[in-house]
Amino acid sequence: MSAVGTTLRTATRRSGTARDRRRAFAGYLWISPWLLGFVVFYLGPTVASLYLSFTSYNVVSAPQWIGVNNYIYAFTKDPQFWNSLLKSFTYAIEAVPAGVIISLGLALLLTARFWGTALYRTIFFLPGLTPIVAAVLIWQWIFDPQVGPLDYVINAAGGTGPGWLGSTKWALFALVIIILWSSVGANRMVIFIASLEGVPQELYDAAKVDGAGHFARFWHVTVPLISPSTYFNLVLATIASLQVFEVAFLTTNGGPDYATWFYMLQLYQSAFVNFDMGYASALAWIFVVLVVSLTYLQIRWSESWVHYEGGD
Amino acid sequence: MATSTQARSTAVAAKSAGTHRVLGGIVWYAVVSGLGILFMGPFLWTVGSSLKGPTDLYVYPPELFPPTLVWQNYVEIWTFAPLLRFIENSLVAGVLTTLGQTLSAAAVGYGFARFKFPGRGAFFILLMSTLIIPPQVMMVPRFLLYKDIGWLDSLFPLWVPAWFGGSAFFIFLMRQFFMTIPRELDDAAEIDGASGVQIFWHILMPLTLPAVATVAIFAFLWNWNDFISPLIYLTSEHNFTLPLGLRFFQQEAGTGGEPREQLLMAASIIDTLPPILLFFALQRYFVRGIVMSGIKG
Repeated sequence: MSAVGTTLRTATRRSGTARDRRRAFAGYLWISPWLLGFVVFYLGPTVASLYLSFTSYNVVSAPQWIGVNNYIYAFTKDPQFWNSLLKSFTYAIEAVPAGVIISLGLALLLTARFWGTALYRTIFFLPGLTPIVAAVLIWQWIFDPQVGPLDYVINAAGGTGPGWLGSTKWALFALVIIILWSSVGANRMVIFIASLEGVPQELYDAAKVDGAGHFARFWHVTVPLISPSTYFNLVLATIASLQVFEVAFLTTNGGPDYATWFYMLQLYQSAFVNFDMGYASALAWIFVVLVVSLTYLQIRWSESWVHYEGGD
Repeated sequence: MATSTQARSTAVAAKSAGTHRVLGGIVWYAVVSGLGILFMGPFLWTVGSSLKGPTDLYVYPPELFPPTLVWQNYVEIWTFAPLLRFIENSLVAGVLTTLGQTLSAAAVGYGFARFKFPGRGAFFILLMSTLIIPPQVMMVPRFLLYKDIGWLDSLFPLWVPAWFGGSAFFIFLMRQFFMTIPRELDDAAEIDGASGVQIFWHILMPLTLPAVATVAIFAFLWNWNDFISPLIYLTSEHNFTLPLGLRFFQQEAGTGGEPREQLLMAASIIDTLPPILLFFALQRYFVRGIVMSGIKG
């Protein structure tokens, strides 16, 4: 009896192992496109880029090992390195909080119980569908101090336009306006709307019974309950804003006088204008370290204010 | 007595709530409509400008729409620059990217969701870690890779990676979706003698169509709007995708002579049309996709 049991068990186990092995093999087959892609398009390039960052390489002659010189050059000699970091961070500080707050404001407006919210949701969403190149071309004209409609309106109201994209003081802010127009009503707002609609009505009712006014309800019910979405939007917006490139490349190309010389322009210029691939790789790695540590800080910081339903 | 006071005060409260609501409604419509004008203004300006003649462009005060609409602009853009060629390139890259991205993300997602194999957890972490690495790090080494294999100035760099998993985000999305489908379905099919491929294609894929549609839409759109990859990899005009072509347009329009901004605006509208049409046709999947990325991601 026990012998039979053992045989049966080994038999099942053996057939089980064979089946498991077959299924494991099948699993590898199914993920193999990604595995191959990972090695060729991620792992290889990552290793190559790390190596190149310690070399001088102009594409024509072979890479030459120069140790940490690229990094030293970036930190101590490159006249635009610190400026580009400053510009990217200035841009992030101007665009991220404003963008997230406006998106949330729009979402609050569009979850009000009035007729026509669907139409307005679509209207606010449309700029986000505009390809960035098209958006930039449109805004370039709108900002034009001579022929653009914006300055006409400002003049009509008795003011003078600040020169927008041509002004060292205002160019960066003008770019922020373009990005806010194209992003506040897009994905971020949709995520906030879904999140706001997910807040249970009972909680508002309960708070109301407890005598909480509009603001108290917003602050003590809405804000904590949507905090995971706020956090998600904040992290994505920060990463996206540090990677800003197209909007400046197509309008000011970093000018006037390096006023919008974002980090990505600096990287692009090193790699594909100067063909200084070693230096560009070093810049890329400095950027990785920055973005990863910033994201890490945001995660740590989030523990103090992001509220997860069912979590502790 | 007490009840009647209470009733009266409730009635007063209801009445004031009613006026409150009407007032609130008026304020709401005013605010939302004002914002709507701000958001739509640039579009209106673009549409109006695309219909202006060279002499209408710089009139002062500026007009939203010219006295006579010059529809001819929409004829002229096709000869002013090889716009058709740009669109063709964008479509070829877009369709191939979308197909490859959808199929490979589904297959890989299926592998991660349904099979146990040594190292699965580690591979999954690796997969997700590719999301954190800024794409800019890959610019230089990928450029050099494509240069070595002779792919520069061709559409290959734009769509081939999509067939190898492409974006980790889409794989993740598909995996999550497969995991919501009861495993019993697979088991039942397996007992009936279905192979893994058959289960994937005939049972799971039809059930995950919403996710597949979401992945397809976003893969197409990202590719349609992508500017930086074409900028780096493409050099000849006849290989340009539409975003790069628009920049070419911008530079051409800026080279003196008769103003051609109206053509630039017309071309921008052509560029914007496919995403907007796609949105109106498939709105449901759009919102679902975004929400899934934000809440479950």
